Amino acid sequence: MLLEARNIQKSFPGVKALDGVNLNVRSGEVHALLGENGAGKSTLLKILAGAQAADGGDLMLEGAVLDPADSPLQRQEAGVVTIYQEFNLLPEMSVAENMFLGREPTRHGLINWREMYQRAQAILDDLGLKLDPRKPVRSLSVAEQQMVEIAKAMTFEARLIIMDEPTAALSDREVDVLYRIVRNLRARGVSIIYVTHRLVEVIELCDRFTVLRDGQFVAEGDVAGKEVADLVRMMVGRDVEFVRCTASGQRGDLVLRVENVSRDGTATDPHATVLRNMTVEVYAGEVLGFAGLVGAGRTELARIIFGADRSDEGVIWLGGGRMQLLRSPSEGIDNGIALVPEDRKQQGCFLDQSISQNMTLPSLKNLARWGIFVNETAERELVEKYRKALRIKMPSHSTPIGKLSGGNQQKVLLARCMALSPKVLIVDEPTRGIDIGAKAEVHQVLTDMAKSGVAVIVISSELPEIMAVSDRIAVFREGSITGLVSGDSADEETLMRLMAVGENADLTAAA
Amino acid sequence: MDAAGEQRSAEAQLEPDRKGKSGWSAIEFFNRYGTGIFLVLVCAFFMAQNPNFLSLRNIANILTDVSIYGVIAVGMTFVIITAGVDLAVGATLAFASMFAAWLISKAGVSFGPPWLTALLASVAVGAIVGYIHGKATTFFNVPAFITTLGGMTIWRGASMLINDGGPISGFDEGLRWWGTGAILGVPVPVVVFVLVAAAGYIVQRYTRFGRQIYAIGGNVEAARLTGLNVKAVETSVYMIVGLLSGLAGFLLMARLNSAEAVAGLNYELRVIASVVIGGASLAGGVGGIGGTIIGALLIGVLSNGLVMMGVNAYYQQIVIGVIIVLAVAFDTYAKKHGR
Repeated sequence: MLLEARNIQKSFPGVKALDGVNLNVRSGEVHALLGENGAGKSTLLKILAGAQAADGGDLMLEGAVLDPADSPLQRQEAGVVTIYQEFNLLPEMSVAENMFLGREPTRHGLINWREMYQRAQAILDDLGLKLDPRKPVRSLSVAEQQMVEIAKAMTFEARLIIMDEPTAALSDREVDVLYRIVRNLRARGVSIIYVTHRLVEVIELCDRFTVLRDGQFVAEGDVAGKEVADLVRMMVGRDVEFVRCTASGQRGDLVLRVENVSRDGTATDPHATVLRNMTVEVYAGEVLGFAGLVGAGRTELARIIFGADRSDEGVIWLGGGRMQLLRSPSEGIDNGIALVPEDRKQQGCFLDQSISQNMTLPSLKNLARWGIFVNETAERELVEKYRKALRIKMPSHSTPIGKLSGGNQQKVLLARCMALSPKVLIVDEPTRGIDIGAKAEVHQVLTDMAKSGVAVIVISSELPEIMAVSDRIAVFREGSITGLVSGDSADEETLMRLMAVGENADLTAAA
Repeated sequence: MDAAGEQRSAEAQLEPDRKGKSGWSAIEFFNRYGTGIFLVLVCAFFMAQNPNFLSLRNIANILTDVSIYGVIAVGMTFVIITAGVDLAVGATLAFASMFAAWLISKAGVSFGPPWLTALLASVAVGAIVGYIHGKATTFFNVPAFITTLGGMTIWRGASMLINDGGPISGFDEGLRWWGTGAILGVPVPVVVFVLVAAAGYIVQRYTRFGRQIYAIGGNVEAARLTGLNVKAVETSVYMIVGLLSGLAGFLLMARLNSAEAVAGLNYELRVIASVVIGGASLAGGVGGIGGTIIGALLIGVLSNGLVMMGVNAYYQQIVIGVIIVLAVAFDTYAKKHGR
């Protein structure tokens, strides 16, 4: 065994990022690390790279224990090199300079340029890379820059290279070149930890895999004999079942309809998801689930509906009539749409600011005298109302939200949206990173909202969650909606097939 | 810088679990009142050195000096809370006051008394300049550091153009009263500063706008997703600081009986220092008018006290510089180990 990680623990304020994670990488294998966003992959990678220290657990490289306090440089010198999605290259410097940055070969205390270029050339030749070591990195394509990162890893005599989404910005032809390099490295006994959400690549390239879900270790095994659907099951399935608590068919009027939303964002952002002709309807009093893998277009469509992002084409039908898609979140809110975003910390919370500030900010309009002066009595009453209704545990209204647990933070953000009395409530990953008890409470809140006549859209990477709360489920795959399933009759197999393979089966009975 | 800040705050929140209670309460106390205590100590020190330091006359002098840049510092507090900065406040002050002086002295425009014309012109020009800074920053999506760095030389150059670089001097009694007069024994600029600071405090503490600037500085993406019009709020903070720079320009020309193209040179540093010593973070989301007033007073007291002690002017700059760095270093330390 080259690398063994045992029972790794890591917490952040309000989130348990890793809880007892294991990872075993053998010498000379390509090991896929799988999991949805928020499963804990990035945290584990940072711990392996020495960018963060684990709270508990052991890391062993070839049987020797690694010090959790190692710096990234010490890890690199030990032979563990990480290639991040955002490269760590200096664009104005040459290929060779980047490869030997900070460790340039010297003679009499001065840089020995000739030796540096020779050694760089030797490594590039060895890897079969046709790159000029004198060329400035800025003139290289993204794929070539990635090769420089790999060559740089080899200057450390890397035994384990960690690649985070290496194909995210590559064309198909470039992916083939990457495969060749990875196989070449493997043949020379170098191990690779390969992180990707393109599961086909796992089948094509990887030997073994480890799956994380919600900060926990789910499974490891050989890739041989597995299909994409098997991997999907491990990533989004769940052993613990939720009690199904739906709004039970109190479906009212059509509240929102988006038609033919299409977007080709790739010109400006190579990571953008292309959306094709997406049409969705939501009715008052129902929970509509958005199921699909990361990158399938669920979050993207939700943000377009809310006005947070733009799309190239599409119209929206909101109660009164058809109109152009909304252009900003404030238009979304004015039109009765509220969004609890995917990433609590980055997009939801003002971490250092009080719970009241976090909860009431968008509804202050209604709590202010002459629209200007905040009525603090009314504000306190509002916070108190939701504290009781959602059973939010808080030391006081003025406690910074960053000090609450993830579940309570999420309840504050839900209360923020509920206080706006929306007609459409969109909740993206309602229970990511929160404990199981709080999850059930959040589910209850969502279905209660639907019962009170709100149209609720729930996006989740956890199928059991989607199945527990949804009256209808829209399944997304690679920027298209591949099916619409009734929540009562949905089963994991059907949903997974639609998510992974996308047969347009006759499952639209619910519509 | 953002990521580092977030990391730091994340660590700060983990810390109390590991520390004993007695450990952080002292740090917390100093973090909150440290600058104020330091101000008192500095005053005591200067008084021991020279009893005249606390004479009414000298106190009035200090407060009048402080008031002129303090007025701007109130606006700068808002800017810095949104994670922005305005480097052009000194130049805005000069341009607004030169324009106002030109209007009443050279162009002979007047409605009502000259002081009213000058006051309105100065404030309006400042607000327009601030609006331009805000629009340039939000429309082109350029950091405010850059747009206001440009503004700093643009408006300085423009104020030179107005009278070929020369001052415009000699105003009537009514105008000079704004700089040298007193109400119930309190110098007029001090009264103006108190009113501006009180208004600033009310805005910060009791209005939606106040909440919005903290939200934008705390997490701009979350602010956008809660429906705030981020660009409009950002533009208005630059407009406010511009308007107050114009007001300060008016007070300064009234005090000196002269508008000068080189007025307010290096004011941006003094103003930003006041806000930062007062506990605001350039990363945004933190700070307040109360702290800013203490910061402005501290700088005023130091400059004045060192002069009275006969300390070389060059040393004064060094002392103030050291204090800025220490104040921020302590703040960072307290955030990491306190709370």
